[in-house]
Amino acid sequence: MISTAHRLVNLEDLHQAMRQGRDLLYPSEPKIMIGTATCGLAADAEEVLHAVREEVANSKLPYQVTETGCIGWCSQEPLLDICIPGRPRVTYGRMKPGRAREIVRAIPEVKREWALAMMPGDENTLNGAHVNYCVPHNGHMDGLTAYKDLPLFKRQLRIVLRNCGIINPDNLEEYIARGGYHALWHALRKHTPEEILNEVKRSGLRGRGGAGFPTGVKWQAVRDAQGEPKYVICNADEGDPGAYMDRGVLEGDPHSVLEGMTIGGYAMGAHEGIIYVREEYPLAVMRMKQAIRQAQDAGLLGQSIFDSGFSFEIRVVKGAGAFVCGEETALIRSIEGKVGEPQQRPPYPAQHGLWGKPTCINNVETWANIAVIVQRGGDWFSQIGTAKSKGTKVFSLVGNIENTALIEVPMGTTLAEIVYEIGGGVPNGRACKAVQTGGPSGGCIPADKFDLPVDYDSLNQAGSIMGSGGMIVMDDHTCMVDIAKYFLEFLEDESCGKCFTCRVGTQRLKEIVTRISQGEGKEEDLDLLQDLSWLVREGSLCGLGQTAPNPVLSTLRYFRSEYLAHIRDRRCPAHRCRELITFAIDPVLCNGCGACVQICSGKAILGEKKKPHIITQAQCTKCGACLEMCKFDAVLVH
Amino acid sequence: MPEMEAVKPLLAQFKDERANLIPILQEIQAAFSYLPEEALRRVARKLHVPVTDVYQVATFYRCFSLKPRGRHLVQVCLGTACHVRGGDLVLERTQTETGAGLSGTSPDLEFTVEPVRCLGCCGLAPVMRVDRDTFAHLDQAKVRGIVNRYHPRRKPATVDKIAASPEKVRS
Amino acid sequence: MVHITMNGLAVEAECGSSLLEVARFYNFPIPTLCHEDGLNSYGACRLCLVEIGEGPKSKLVAACGYRVEEGMKVRTNSMRVQRARRLLLELYVATCPQSKRIQDLASEYGVRQCRYQPVDGQPGAPWDPKANCIQCGLCVRICAEQMMAGAIGFSGRGKSRHVARPFGMTSEQCRQCGACLYACPVCELRCQASTAESLLCNGCLNFSPVCFQSYSDAMCFLEPCHTCELSGPFRHEVGIKVHALHDAGQKVAPSTGELK
Repeated sequence: MISTAHRLVNLEDLHQAMRQGRDLLYPSEPKIMIGTATCGLAADAEEVLHAVREEVANSKLPYQVTETGCIGWCSQEPLLDICIPGRPRVTYGRMKPGRAREIVRAIPEVKREWALAMMPGDENTLNGAHVNYCVPHNGHMDGLTAYKDLPLFKRQLRIVLRNCGIINPDNLEEYIARGGYHALWHALRKHTPEEILNEVKRSGLRGRGGAGFPTGVKWQAVRDAQGEPKYVICNADEGDPGAYMDRGVLEGDPHSVLEGMTIGGYAMGAHEGIIYVREEYPLAVMRMKQAIRQAQDAGLLGQSIFDSGFSFEIRVVKGAGAFVCGEETALIRSIEGKVGEPQQRPPYPAQHGLWGKPTCINNVETWANIAVIVQRGGDWFSQIGTAKSKGTKVFSLVGNIENTALIEVPMGTTLAEIVYEIGGGVPNGRACKAVQTGGPSGGCIPADKFDLPVDYDSLNQAGSIMGSGGMIVMDDHTCMVDIAKYFLEFLEDESCGKCFTCRVGTQRLKEIVTRISQGEGKEEDLDLLQDLSWLVREGSLCGLGQTAPNPVLSTLRYFRSEYLAHIRDRRCPAHRCRELITFAIDPVLCNGCGACVQICSGKAILGEKKKPHIITQAQCTKCGACLEMCKFDAVLVH
Repeated sequence: MPEMEAVKPLLAQFKDERANLIPILQEIQAAFSYLPEEALRRVARKLHVPVTDVYQVATFYRCFSLKPRGRHLVQVCLGTACHVRGGDLVLERTQTETGAGLSGTSPDLEFTVEPVRCLGCCGLAPVMRVDRDTFAHLDQAKVRGIVNRYHPRRKPATVDKIAASPEKVRS
Repeated sequence: MVHITMNGLAVEAECGSSLLEVARFYNFPIPTLCHEDGLNSYGACRLCLVEIGEGPKSKLVAACGYRVEEGMKVRTNSMRVQRARRLLLELYVATCPQSKRIQDLASEYGVRQCRYQPVDGQPGAPWDPKANCIQCGLCVRICAEQMMAGAIGFSGRGKSRHVARPFGMTSEQCRQCGACLYACPVCELRCQASTAESLLCNGCLNFSPVCFQSYSDAMCFLEPCHTCELSGPFRHEVGIKVHALHDAGQKVAPSTGELK
């Protein structure tokens, strides 16, 4: 699995590695792939992998068993794929070790049971190549939908996620086999740094970390800045709750980030790169470190890469658990071994960054786009997306949604398309209420605004932000006051605490929203919320503080009636705010099974077996466990 | 202090540079499961930075703890996706089941329960991580079974029958 | 020299100077709580907000940390600045109603209401050093930058951030010089006019001379109270302030550090 350790010096070496990689990627014997990114592992992919390995070893089957990254179909984890030469790749979802064994035993027959979809070939956005797994007329299988016809994948255009779920991330050759490091070769051997820079500018790529600053402009500023050495940083401190696209890329396609950073280093005249990964992602840290070692062994990092005279090194720095370190000046302070307090800009990191030197900080997704832009040209890239937001964006589509998934769509796709078509809408027959984008800096967009095209500017106008790409779908059981409270709790804890406005402002905002959620609010409190939000936004130093009131402002803007229901009627329409709800048991529906008694955290439920139970309100902690537990819908919430 | 002997080789791996402060503290945290006061003082001396700075960094970042943690670290995810699917209730239940309560660590030092800001498994919400294992699709009923699995004196078998069996079975 | 426009006036400023320095040089008043000449600017109190730029791209920045740039347009007293100041001081009053300095500023800048509820223990009750400290960081900076000690620092972050001594104990670096007390902008005389009904005093508007001398007890924001451990001779020098601090500190300072 580990790459051959000989140095790749010229194009012929790269082609050689490509051929080796193809043999691994498309072997002549059946191949079984298991998605073992963190989310896959959480869903027990390791046991499935173990079972498959055991089955193959015990029966001495000539099959390859490999791991792969996350293809993004999170709701079906753990995923198992079988690729039989000459036949489409078939994906199985929600695998259990037993089922996996059966599927393996059935090879060369393809088991239809539990199969989700099939892939007759793959497309590679990096170089536009198509690889057919089978002759076209064999490309359909009864009852199995092709990936490209699935609602989840139909609208996707995978540039950043091009290799995720296709290649084995432990394997450099497989990355090269899909055209990897060719862009680097071209950049170093055929282009000047200026040409690369112009290509990035022409692409119209904007920073994918949230703010959407034009990448080319930033690169130019770093290139023009006085001072040596210069640094290139990959911001992988993906702190937004509900967002995991960076983890998906780091775990599923680590080399795409390394290649992008190396090209960036060449364009900007930097020789050192740092990847700042949050410590909550141990697997991503491991995969990146391993990828760096592989690249060093192959001469793709280090002295005079591809004999071009250009040298570049990359190292990983692990974060220590602070959301604010996603802010670039705080991130720099953290690398320098200090607390992550953001600094006044200007001076910008482009002039005065790490150790006071010119520094370029881009997000994981931004870096993963670079190789494609160099390979296919800025003009190709700029055809995708909208007038001001080019290319694609990866979103983590989560929350109350049928298909929780990691998706990549062209900019300008509407929220309705994302939520209803790709995501399949809200489960359990409930109504969709809102989508929260942009993490704690973003806002909630109500369902009646879902015709909004998703790009930087439209989201800003709607009172939210693009952010790093978390999209949390909320159904009608979500209380918007509770959501505002949730984000304020997050922010009062994650604020670095230096600016008075942000530290005390978020605390006071939370205090007021909490009061409202307890039915103790007054209508004047809404004006105070507006005033205080304005102050926090205007008066804070960094992006965290300036956007901290967004969750409050956007819920106030679109869901004012819910706030008023809490205040005027002391009622939580979504039955979420504890102080405003009571639990009771319907004596007709209750058959006295006792399930609720067992789970009750406050020992509040009384009743004899097989007789209707009652809840003593004084003891009830309103945790809702009885509601979850009851199979007869006998627990009522008012 | 005998345990401080273990700090020496840890410190020796690093150069005396301020930038190494956080990596060093991470190593100490990993080795001791907390940051002993004496260790922090040694780090300050080694890196030639004031103890106040080391103390500030140690209290600023969430992955450091100045108090000894329990044998098992239970991290309950409070990311947005987990929140809308009831992660806060799972946390509360975990605090009760482990006995950790709001203080964070159970009196028997078996568990430290910490809320965590997103484990990045939002597709499987709500989730929690116990040591290195991640558990998915939780609800309140599954918590007891998971906790008992890690508790030395409670047998998973005695979990009440009604509680749905957790999705994860690990020894 | 760079040329900037300040409140419509074309002025010259030295390269590298901060907006606050320039404004004060030209006698435009800007209130501050965390700025002291001779200490590095910190930008924590946000009270020195000024408006820069024009039209939709204009924004508020902290004057103390923002360097002058050629051609920039600065307004130190626009409606936006005034609104921010008033809201900010309202928030300050709610945080530390017993500080006479803050009450005075609130009166001066036209704060007429305080809509926040008192934090636990306020008012009248002894202050809670953690909750009432405005964390301007002057004590931390004077200790590190002027006294070269670095004996106190910030601990924690966000809502649990506070000024602390490492491990809750006086460190070897502390010479008990009292500079931290000297620097504190809000621990001078105590305003006792704020009540549970209104945290805002506004007394200075109505009475002259202001806030009679009867309120002579002061506050200390270190936890545990730093002065409580100061020795005798020093107490003589600082006089009544330290006495009062000592007494007050006895009442409120928990004797245990946060670690123990």
